[in-house]
Formats: sequence, structure tokens, C-alpha cells
Amino acid sequence: MKPGSKPVALTPPASAWSRQPRMLIPAALLLASCALPFVMNNYHTFQLTLVLVYAIALLGLNILTGYNGQISLGHGAFYAIGAYVAAILMDKFGVPYWLTVPVAGVVCLAAGFLFGLPALRLEGVYLALATFALGVSMPQLLKSRHLESWTGGVQGIVIAKPDPPFGLPLNQDQWLYFFTLAVAVAMFVLGWNLLRGRVGRSLIAIRDQPIAAEAMGVHNALYKSLAFGVSAMYTGVAGALGAIAVQFVAPDSFTIFLSITLLVGIVIGGLASISGAVYGAIFIQFVPNIADQISKAAPWAIYGVFLIGFMYLMPAGVAGAIRLAWARIRRMAADTRQDSG
Amino acid sequence: MDAFLNQVFAGLATGGIYASVALALVMIYQTTHLVNFAQGEIAMFSTYLAWTLIDAGMPYWIAFFLTVGIAFVLGALIERIIVRPVEQAPVLSVVVVFIGLLVIFNSLAGWMFTYTIKVFPSPFPKEPVHVGTHFFSSHELGAVGVTLVLLALLYAFFRFTPLGLAMRAVAQNAESSRLVGIRVGRMLALGWGLAAAIGAVAGMMVAPTVYLDPNMMSGILLYAFAAALVGGIDSPGGAVLGGFLVGVLENLLGAYVIGNELKLSFALVLIIVVLLVRPSGLFGKIHVTRV
Amino acid sequence: MSTRSLFISATVIAGLVLGATTALAQKKYDPGASDTEIKIGNILPYSGPASAYGTIGKAAGAYFKKINDEGGINGRKINFISVDDGYSPPKTVEMARRLVEQDQVLLIFNSLGTPSNSAIHKYMNAKKVPQLFVATGANKWNDPKNFPWTMGWQPNYETEAAIYAKHILQTKPDAKIAILYQNDDYGKDYLKGFEDGLGAKAGMIVAKASYETSDPTVDAQIAQLQGSGANVFFNVTTPKFAAMAIRRAYDIGWKPVQYLNNISASIGSVLVPAGLEKSVGLISTQYLKDSLDSAWANDKGMKDWYAFMAKYYPDGNLKDASNVYGYAVAQTLVQVLKQCGDNLTRENVMKQAANLRDFQPDVMLPGIKINTSPTNFAPIQAEQLVRFDGKQYIRFGEVVGK
Repeated sequence: MKPGSKPVALTPPASAWSRQPRMLIPAALLLASCALPFVMNNYHTFQLTLVLVYAIALLGLNILTGYNGQISLGHGAFYAIGAYVAAILMDKFGVPYWLTVPVAGVVCLAAGFLFGLPALRLEGVYLALATFALGVSMPQLLKSRHLESWTGGVQGIVIAKPDPPFGLPLNQDQWLYFFTLAVAVAMFVLGWNLLRGRVGRSLIAIRDQPIAAEAMGVHNALYKSLAFGVSAMYTGVAGALGAIAVQFVAPDSFTIFLSITLLVGIVIGGLASISGAVYGAIFIQFVPNIADQISKAAPWAIYGVFLIGFMYLMPAGVAGAIRLAWARIRRMAADTRQDSG
Repeated sequence: MDAFLNQVFAGLATGGIYASVALALVMIYQTTHLVNFAQGEIAMFSTYLAWTLIDAGMPYWIAFFLTVGIAFVLGALIERIIVRPVEQAPVLSVVVVFIGLLVIFNSLAGWMFTYTIKVFPSPFPKEPVHVGTHFFSSHELGAVGVTLVLLALLYAFFRFTPLGLAMRAVAQNAESSRLVGIRVGRMLALGWGLAAAIGAVAGMMVAPTVYLDPNMMSGILLYAFAAALVGGIDSPGGAVLGGFLVGVLENLLGAYVIGNELKLSFALVLIIVVLLVRPSGLFGKIHVTRV
Repeated sequence: MSTRSLFISATVIAGLVLGATTALAQKKYDPGASDTEIKIGNILPYSGPASAYGTIGKAAGAYFKKINDEGGINGRKINFISVDDGYSPPKTVEMARRLVEQDQVLLIFNSLGTPSNSAIHKYMNAKKVPQLFVATGANKWNDPKNFPWTMGWQPNYETEAAIYAKHILQTKPDAKIAILYQNDDYGKDYLKGFEDGLGAKAGMIVAKASYETSDPTVDAQIAQLQGSGANVFFNVTTPKFAAMAIRRAYDIGWKPVQYLNNISASIGSVLVPAGLEKSVGLISTQYLKDSLDSAWANDKGMKDWYAFMAKYYPDGNLKDASNVYGYAVAQTLVQVLKQCGDNLTRENVMKQAANLRDFQPDVMLPGIKINTSPTNFAPIQAEQLVRFDGKQYIRFGEVVGK
């Protein structure tokens, strides 16, 4: 090296503080979310419970569509299956509410896998139609005479609200929030483990270069069907939790609009991103209410404007935008360190 | 036998509705390789514009062609202003933009025109056509005729005109098209404009049968989507045939097989089975990509 | 007088005055009510498949504005908070909780839809907030013993269907009946009431066809029903599909005796689009006056309604029966609140709602009155059979029901 010239660092040294935010932020958020029900009224706690439910559902859909590239316009159907499994078990068989959640997950895992098998042949628009068909048929199936004795037909099923166990000093809404939060944390940790390991890499490989992936030894068919199954399981768990929170299931609760809302959620939140599920859930829960406040005359037009606006400003979703901003900050910090070094 | 034929003919009539909307969907797909979910709502909105003109006293055919023109401009403007900025974004982001358009048009129509149903006039004679004991409303026959004429025009456009060729080229490979001098942006806007115009025609043909209200197209869009796919998403002829197929299939299933409650689910399952056997649809082109 | 008797009289007088003022100042308020306002919550499908009914809320809101302009109820202004649930039960639950827990309304009025109301049924009763005058005709809202905070308003569907069944048994005992019904709770309620009304003769039904609100037309179903050879047609459809069914039946040359459910009997929204000449002979029931019926051209109640619409809801469709409905149910609520006086507790609201005696909104048919009692939570039970003659509805028979 010539004297006087600056040493060229190829990569900025990974200083201690640039690694920690990754762990620090989720932990801080978790602590904050535990405190929230005690500073808010029951109605807001209920809304936050719904956000958690949507977040689980969106993570499920993201596994399938974001990480594995299989588009689904019918995930509302799995949500419905989960919800009805929970409702029927609680109403007809007296199963305790906390047991219905894993059962709903298992049922949907099987259902998703079974749906994923024939769906292997379909790609892109055609898969979209097949899943769309699933989403549209679900309310009809739920209403049909043949299943009426189980599903309660159009009248739906009313569910009792669970009480906090062991006489904890919480009211029902707060207890339900913590229960949902616990399940959400478990599902998110599970998902994070799954996606950052070999499975996640295989899913992404199948999404981006399916033929190369197969050539490299990734069993495409198995992983794709599994992706469907796991994704359905997440959404089914969310459906069960949602049913318990709302205390009511009816075919009208699970129209194609729900499936479309879930898709909107993952895109706005950020595809192929775990935190995106949370951002998307916040969006789909609160933005319709905000739109309603802005315009009573045409609130959904305002919602549409929000959708288009978000896609302009953040085509990669909120998570994508945050990632970009973070990378920019880190680059600036590295540059300043370089300049001063 | 009589009842069976009645169902078939009723199916052909509704099939004509699906066919015309499916044509608009295929048009957009041929230009942009995207399925535009907002197509139905734009068509519905254009029909409301036509209704406003006719209600204000304009004669039918003048209002008809004026609306088609306005719809063309509207489609091109939407492409320029709303779709162009997100062109480079991932496919699903564009889909969300389409969903945004869908809810905007639906909500605007409800706000501007209220949700009570409106009667939309038909340009065809009121007397029905009787073939034996079967009843065909002249409007239904006329609407099918209009759809077929549109189909022929589209086919001729894409096959025999340089402009049509340019549009097909842009859909296939935008980069190369730009290199040979085709104004890609202009082609896209043209494609959207044409799709909106076709949609407007479909809307004006459909409205006399199903009455005009903001939710007019939501049920139809699903069937049109299925029809376009079963016929082959890049084949206009296939889309029209698919429309008729879906209409007849749905009616026959409802009357003879599964009852009205589950006929939609069944029809969709059958369509998926068709797609499993022929993944590109009945008349679609099979795409072979090089690895 | 001795000081002692003076003292006693003074105490007595003071006691009386004090007692009188406390009796006068006997104002009792629950959340949502105060000296100056009464907050009323309302949940309607302003968006989604049932958005046509959103106009009910707009009409009711306009009526409350009129009442406010005229001084309010006992000096208090009505603060009407109406929100959209898109006909999705989870959204209804969220909105109900918002209205009760955040906006702190006194009561929820005229929420629409059987699934939507079923979703909040238990909640409202657990929270002891009135779920008053729900906009659905299902049977279950008349259950004061188990759900003392919920009350319906319109005549229930099953009763109406039974009226038609009885009429058929009386006039056409050998009829072959075909039924077209919407495949949801409202359609199935009518179906059940009709079959129960026919009782042992339910075999007269030779064909049943259902449709979904997502179906573009009902032509296939009408073809099916015609093919069954029926000569009586029970048409259980919402306005758009009713118009399609009436028109199609006429066009294909099927001319049965047609019974139409009263929620779609509006001349302006249904019979005109279907074609007036195609609707001749239609039988339905009514409890409200139709705004296009020439029989009410000079009726004071109808004229007041037209004046009200012109001034307070000029964007509203004068041909839409929902706007008459909204006006009438709003009038009923105003009557209940007036009866409450200064005791605006939720308990008193329910008590007064269960205490309506021969109340008749001025757009209600003559002979039909609203009556409630602590054991009867069905305000309107009477209906009048009517037949359409091409221009107006001709009432025939007597008012059926109480």
C-alpha cells in the first residue's frame, strides 16, 4: 500500500451494536405487548387480539405465497375450517377451548396438504383460480343441507367466552389476549426456525428456480405440498383463535372477501417476511376503520386509495421498506466510520 | 327432453354474459400478462355512465358509442396514471393495486348512483323469439351476436393489423419489442383502453338482463374468470367458448346433478379437473420455457 | 306559636320542598344519555352484498335530524352514530363493542341481518344494552324471557309465510306449489314458515329452487320451477332477484298465482323494473304504505313523508320502500324515548319499548298498530293481504294477526 492512502475495507466490521437490534426489537415489542391490555380498554384489547389472529394467518399465507411462490386466493377457506372445527368441538362436544386450537391446526394441516397435492400441476393464474374456487365454495359448503346438522347452517354457531383459569385477576378479554399472544409467539418462533433453516431455503429455491432446485436434489412435490399443509395449519389455528375471540361462526363470516383481505395483508406487510405478517395484520384490522372515519360516503374508495398508495411508496411492502431504510442507515454509518477511520 | 333443452338454452344465454366479460379479461391478459380483477367494476362503472347519458335523454346508440369511447380513454388513463408507476413491482403488488381499483370503482358507483337497481334499456326488439316451445329473449340473442362480432373484430385486429402484432409482441417480450422500435408504453395503454371498451360493451349487454346495480359484476366476474381460464387465458375464442361452456355446465349441474346449493362449487371443481388434465386450458397455448 | 311547633313546621316544609325537588330532579342516566343528548348506535351493511339496505340508516338518520331541528326529545338532541359492518358477523361484533365500550351509546338500534344480530345477541344481553328494533324478521328476537334486551320490529318471516300458506289452503286446496328462495337465513325462515303453515298438506310443494346472491340471474331456477308443472309460485327473493323472477316467469309464459314476500313488494324498486304489466295479480302482504301507491296520494302521512324526504334526505330514492321503513322505525324509537321522559336508563328504555300501546307511525297501513308488552317483544304482528292490479295494491281480506 502506498503511504498516505486509506485502507479499503471490503465489508464494514460487524460491530456489536449492529447485530443486537435483531434480538432487541422483538423482545422489546413482546414486553410492550404484554403491558398493553392493562393500559387499554377492553374494546382495544379485543382489537389487538384480532390483530394477533390475523398475524398468525398472514404468516401462514406468507409461507405459501411469499416464500414458496404459490399464490392462494382461497386461504379464507382454511381459516373457516379452523374456526368451525373449534366451534363444533366446543359447542357439540364440550371440548375446552385451548384444546380446539391444536386440533384445528392438525385438521387444517391435513386439509392443506390434500389440497396441495393436485395443486402441484397448476401454476400462476391457474393456481389462483383453483384457490379462488376453494375460497368461493367454502361458504356454500358450510351452508349446505348435508352439513347443516354439524355446522348449524346459515344460523351459525354461538360460542361461549372462556374465563381466565386458576382465578387469575384478569378479565375475559385480557385473558383471551394473553392466550392468543402465547399461541402467536409459539407459532412465530416455529415459523422462524422453519424458514431460516433448510426448509426455508428449499422453499425459496423452489419459488425462484424450480428446475434448478429439483436438479439440486430438492424434492419439489413434497415441499410444495408440505408448504400448503403448513400454511393451512397456521391459518387454521388463526381461524380457531378468531372464532373464540368473536364467539360466533357463520358462513357469512368467511366469504371470498376474507381470502382477498389476507392476500392484501401479506403484500402490504411484505412478502417473504415474518415481521411483514404483523404489519399486514395491523393494516387489515385498522385501515378500514380509519377509512370509515375519513369518509362516511365512500369508505372503501378511501381504502382502495390506501392500497394503491402503499404499493406506490412501498412496492415490497412495509417490511421491505423497513429493510431498505435499515440497509441505508447501516451503509451511511459504515461510510462515516470509513471516512473517519 | 323439453326441460333439458330449456336448461341448455338458458345456460347458453347466461354463458353469453360470461363470454363477453371473459373476452375483456383475455384482452388485458394478452397485453399485459396480468389478470385485471378490476375489469368487472370498470365495466359496471362505464355502464352507469351510459345509463346517466340515456337517462338525460340521449338516444341509445349515441350513448352506447360515446360510452365505449369514454371507457377506452378511461382504460388508457388508468394504465398511464395508476398502473405504469407500479409496472416494475412484483406481480402480487400489481394485483393489490387492481384490488384497490376494484373497491374504489365499486364504492364510487354506490355513492354516486345508490344501490337501488336501475333498469338499463336494450336496443333489441322486445318480442321474444320462439323456437318450438323454447323461449329466447331477443336481447339475449342480440347480446350473443354482439359478443361474436367483437370476437371476430378482435381476432382480425390481432392477426391482420400491424398494431395488433405490435401489441402481441409487447406482451411476449417487452424488452425486445422496445429494441425493434415499438412504443411499449403506448401499446400497454392501448391494450388497457381496448379492454375497458370491451368491458363497457359487455356491461351494456349484461345490464338489461341482470339489472344495473353496483354489485352487478361481482358474481359474473368469478364465472368469467373461470371461463377465460378453462378456454385458455390467451385465446379470445377459447374465452368465448369457455363462457358458454360454464353457463351450460352450471345450469345442468344445478338442475340434474347436485342441486342449486352446490352447483357453483361443483362447476368450479370440474373446471379445476379440466385444468389438471390440460393445464393451459382447452385452447390455450402450451408454454415451453428454456431452462 | 311556640318555638317548638315553629321548628316542627319548618322542618316539615323543608322536608316537603326537598322531597319535591328531588322528585323533580329525578333524572336518571345511563351511559349515552345526558341533559343535552341521547347517543344512539346503529350497525348496517353500507358495503358488501347487502349494501342496498344502507339507505335505511340514512333515512333514519335524516329523521333524527328532523326531530333535532324541532327541538329534540324532551329537550335532548339525538346523536346518531351509524357504522358499517359489511354484513360480516365478526365486523358486527367489533362495531357493537366499539359503540358500547368506546362511543358509550345508550342503545343499539335497528341493526340489520340475522347472522349479524346473532353474533352480538349474547354480548348485548350480557352487557345489558338494548338491542332494539332489529332489522330482521327472524323468530328468535321475540324471546323476552331469555334475551330481555333484544327486540325485533317488523313482522316475522315465518308468520308472513304462514299467512300465504293459509290463503292457498283456503282458495286453492289442490294447488301445486313451486318455491324460489334465497339460500340464507331469511330465505330458509320463509321456507320453514310456509311448510309449517301448510302442515299436513306440505306435499303440495312440488318444486323448490334456491339461488345465491352471487348468481347473475335466476333464469335457470325459473325454468326448473316451470318444468315442475306448478300453478302456484311462492317467490322468496330480495328486490333485485324478485324483479328478475317476476319478469322471467312472465316472459317464458308461466302464469302461476304468485305470492311475493313483502320485503320485495315495493312498486318502485321491484315491480317497475320487472314490468308493471308482468306483475298483475301478485299477492303479498303489507304493513307500511307504498310510496308509489296512488291510494295514498292524498294521505297526510304519505305527504309528510314526501316533504321529509325532500327536505332532509333529498338524495334518497323516493321509490325505495327501505326509506319508508327507516322513517317508520325511527318514529317508533322516538316514541319510546319520549315515553322515557327523564329516566334515560337502559332498563327504562326496554321497559318503555315493551310498553307501546296502539302506536301507529303515520306511514303504517290503517288497521295495523304497534303493541308490545313484557311478554310480547314482537311490535308488529299484523299484516294485510294485498293484490297488485297493475297500478296499485288493492287490500283484500282482513288484517291478519293482532
